[in-house]
Amino acid sequence: MTFSTLRHTLSVSLLALASSLLFPACSTNSASADSETKLPYLGDRAMQPAPMAGPADTIFTVPTFTLTDQEGKTITNDTFKGKIYITDFFFATCPSICPKMQSELLRVYEKFQGDPRVLFLSHTIDPAHDSIPVLRDYAERLGVKDASRWHFATAQHDTIFGLARAYMTGAQKDATVKGGFAHSGTFALVDTQRHIRGLYDGMEPSQVEKLMQDIPLLLKEIEAEKQTTSR
Amino acid sequence: MNLGPLQWVRATAVLLAVLLLAGCFTKRKNEGARLYAQRCASCHGENGEGLRRLIPPLAGSDYLGQHRSSLPCQLRKGLAGEITVNGVKYNQLMPGNESLTDSEITNLLNYVQTSWGNKEEVWTIKEVADELKYCGGARGL
Repeated sequence: MTFSTLRHTLSVSLLALASSLLFPACSTNSASADSETKLPYLGDRAMQPAPMAGPADTIFTVPTFTLTDQEGKTITNDTFKGKIYITDFFFATCPSICPKMQSELLRVYEKFQGDPRVLFLSHTIDPAHDSIPVLRDYAERLGVKDASRWHFATAQHDTIFGLARAYMTGAQKDATVKGGFAHSGTFALVDTQRHIRGLYDGMEPSQVEKLMQDIPLLLKEIEAEKQTTSR
Repeated sequence: MNLGPLQWVRATAVLLAVLLLAGCFTKRKNEGARLYAQRCASCHGENGEGLRRLIPPLAGSDYLGQHRSSLPCQLRKGLAGEITVNGVKYNQLMPGNESLTDSEITNLLNYVQTSWGNKEEVWTIKEVADELKYCGGARGL
């Protein structure tokens, strides 16, 4: 083997080595950068006719709602205008998953307590029992003093169950389970445009960690949008 | 060593008995911890810590010593109304556990009595069965 062929072989193998090292790094980098900066849009998409331009792809939007919170105040979609919020479904006398679920949500609340852009909304699925004083007592016992940051809300039974479907949380009356209601411990993360951007199992600490990582990403996205619209 | 047919039968029987007995012990092993995880942990917490002023703690709870004799029936029948634990007032409905047998209640109680630094006096099945007479009677093992 001459010196030049050796050099050639060496440079070719070095190039191969470098590319094999670089290319996977490239692809994983771009993929993770993408998923890190932009959360997905969740829920059914529907092709709806737009007035001027034919059918348009619409992203699932949380329906309009009117609820009453633990202070007796009316809360609507406008209460969450310009904010992101995390929502779940519970009931005060729930002996099964609620305490665990609410203690997990409490972790999130305490982490983002200092950020007024992040709100919380817990719906009772037992409006017959969970009156406004019951909800107020529950919130206080949980250590939530500021009702404008974490609303514990009630409404007509049908309204609540319709919203549970909208937020993709299973909730239904079930006499066979303790407490009389079957429901999942799902947390939904909602953006300023009423779109669901994340669903998390509130019974799984690892998923709740994921939620706590996703919130800053969503906030960043919103700040970026604000800047482009103000330009 | 050459085993005759009778010895084979004997050896097999002994082996079977040992296996069955071991199976019996494995099934009941850590029963208290298992029942706690299934029936109590989602409210009282994995380490008996409770939840703020909503659910009372079991770890380091003065209630356990103060209300020792009512604990078996509370586990079976549940509890409603205000109680004070370590000076804090709680008022949350606790569901009963009607399907638990006397020995299961004993194991569950003893798990709580001796976990997370708790050093309460343990129960015998007989003691628990005697207390359960006040709420529907003994259910057997």
